[in-house]
Amino acid sequence: MILHDRVHRPPPVGPFTLLKARVHEAEGPGRRAFALFQTLRHPGPVLWVLPEHEPRRLMPRGLPEGLGERLMVLTPKGETDLLWCVEEALRAAPVGLVIAEPQQPLTLTAGRRLQLAAEAGRTTGLMLIREGQGSNATETRWHCEPVPAATADSTLHYWSINKNKSGTTGSWTVDWNGASAAVHMVSEARQRHEPADPPR
Amino acid sequence: MPLADARAICPDLSTRPTDLAREVAALASLRRWAGRYAPMVARDGSDGLVADITGVPHLFGGEADLRSDLHARLERVGLSVESAIAGTQGAARALARHGGGILAEGELVQGVGRLPVSALRIDHDTAEALSRVGLVRVADLAGLPRAPLARRFGPALVLRLDQLLGHQPEPVAAEPDAPHFGVRMTLPEPIGLQSDVMAGLARLLDRLCSKLALHHQGARRLRLELRRVDRGTVQVEIGLARPMRDPDRIAALFAKGVDEVDAGFGIDALRLSAPLPEPMPPEQIGGRPTVQQDDALADLVSRLGNRIGFDRVLRMMPTDSKIPERSFRIMPVAWSEPVSTPSSRGPLRPVVIFPPEPATHVSGHPPTKFRWRRMRFTTLRAHGPERIAPEWWFDDPAWRSGLRDYWRIETQEGARLWLFHTPQNPDWRVQGEFA
Repeated sequence: MILHDRVHRPPPVGPFTLLKARVHEAEGPGRRAFALFQTLRHPGPVLWVLPEHEPRRLMPRGLPEGLGERLMVLTPKGETDLLWCVEEALRAAPVGLVIAEPQQPLTLTAGRRLQLAAEAGRTTGLMLIREGQGSNATETRWHCEPVPAATADSTLHYWSINKNKSGTTGSWTVDWNGASAAVHMVSEARQRHEPADPPR
Repeated sequence: MPLADARAICPDLSTRPTDLAREVAALASLRRWAGRYAPMVARDGSDGLVADITGVPHLFGGEADLRSDLHARLERVGLSVESAIAGTQGAARALARHGGGILAEGELVQGVGRLPVSALRIDHDTAEALSRVGLVRVADLAGLPRAPLARRFGPALVLRLDQLLGHQPEPVAAEPDAPHFGVRMTLPEPIGLQSDVMAGLARLLDRLCSKLALHHQGARRLRLELRRVDRGTVQVEIGLARPMRDPDRIAALFAKGVDEVDAGFGIDALRLSAPLPEPMPPEQIGGRPTVQQDDALADLVSRLGNRIGFDRVLRMMPTDSKIPERSFRIMPVAWSEPVSTPSSRGPLRPVVIFPPEPATHVSGHPPTKFRWRRMRFTTLRAHGPERIAPEWWFDDPAWRSGLRDYWRIETQEGARLWLFHTPQNPDWRVQGEFA
């Protein structure tokens, strides 16, 4: 049944499109920026599940425009409640994107339950995990880092996809200005191996 | 008498301002209590109650016993009252304010005749004009021809006089009671199964919701009391993300609470009440997709709130403050409406904010090298400073160090941090991170 379901799923458009109705993971110091970038690509209400004691909170004036009014922040007490909230939110159809920051490693059971909930509610989930604390049930796993920029007006991010259940891996350095749903790809600076053709 | 005069006569006079709202509330509760004497009880002015006790006195053993019962009960709670029973509302009211007593059938004119004309509920000017022509008591007016009286003093005086003497009807106009949103069900045999309780709850919810719909109200909280056969009571309480009166959607929220109830030897009575009704005008449902989506989202908030608490399902609202920590307010989703953040102008703001953390081993201004969270950073680019002054009208302990100069620092390690320097107490702190 699940295999049958997977065959008919359309392939994602563009490298940074998260497959719908699946749960994804992002790790690394730039994972919140990646999550914010994804909120711009998912219309509808966004639920951000934070642990109760997390001191690093979102600041509405710094968020992309229009996100503040569709963002709901949940601060459940304890890891069990956090996972319950994520599952319940994934099961709810009107939610556009569920972002959660679990504190403990995700077990395979928890990851699988979240995938089933996401499939039931046709909702996309994104877990912002600590390094190496993901579950094998995830659809994709991203590693995100901010990168120092050569010029003053660009904010570079290094986003690489380490695990992908229905596609290939890859890594990109992108310039995302924090406000739009589009990114500029930045080509890698490298030594030229052969001389360029003379202009004709 | 002005307060100054009263104080001059009695220097030890203890005074306190009138609390009109509480007085009205007290009178309303007294009116509710007075329902034990008569079906129709109405407020009379700001300090009285009028009850229509037609056909009631024999239940208390006669009018005199009824009145003494009333006085005894009110005296016990510390209220000193004056009361009167008479054949008409006007006469009872006039007598209660001038001594009280009982006027038997047929003694109406003699009983009220000795009262001053001001007892007639007429304005002060008319009463004064009457006393100027020598009409001091009600008895003086009763015998006079009506037409000249009306022509000279206006029809209001004649109307009041006729009402007092019973020539004009004046029923007791009791205002309707506020609707009570509570239903109950007692069972002939105790039940213990969860499905039975849910079935009983469904019947109660149908009744409660139709009552709410009748009054255009929606429930915001619902309380289910289950009485066990051993007289113990268990309460299950749920909250709702917004006013609601849909039985099926509410019943689903009770499932978890009912599951945790200890039924003991069985439950033989259920009571369901909506302690916090809110106005909810009827509206077209199931029409536009946005309405369905709003409903589904409200259901999700209700489910989440009932498990983790409604104060943990939050929304961030922008506020009008330049202080970063106070530039937004955190409100429960269930009690607020979304507000769009105004488009930001001016310097960039970080996406993540945290309580200021010290930056150590700082060299240079703006810092070229510093350490934060035991990590070393080298500055690649620094933007700033942006000076923010504390709001002097709030005493915020975090801002006691004075002015802050905020810098956006791009580091060679990649992190883009929000640092501030406090020139009045030289120190560097990190407060946020940019995307």
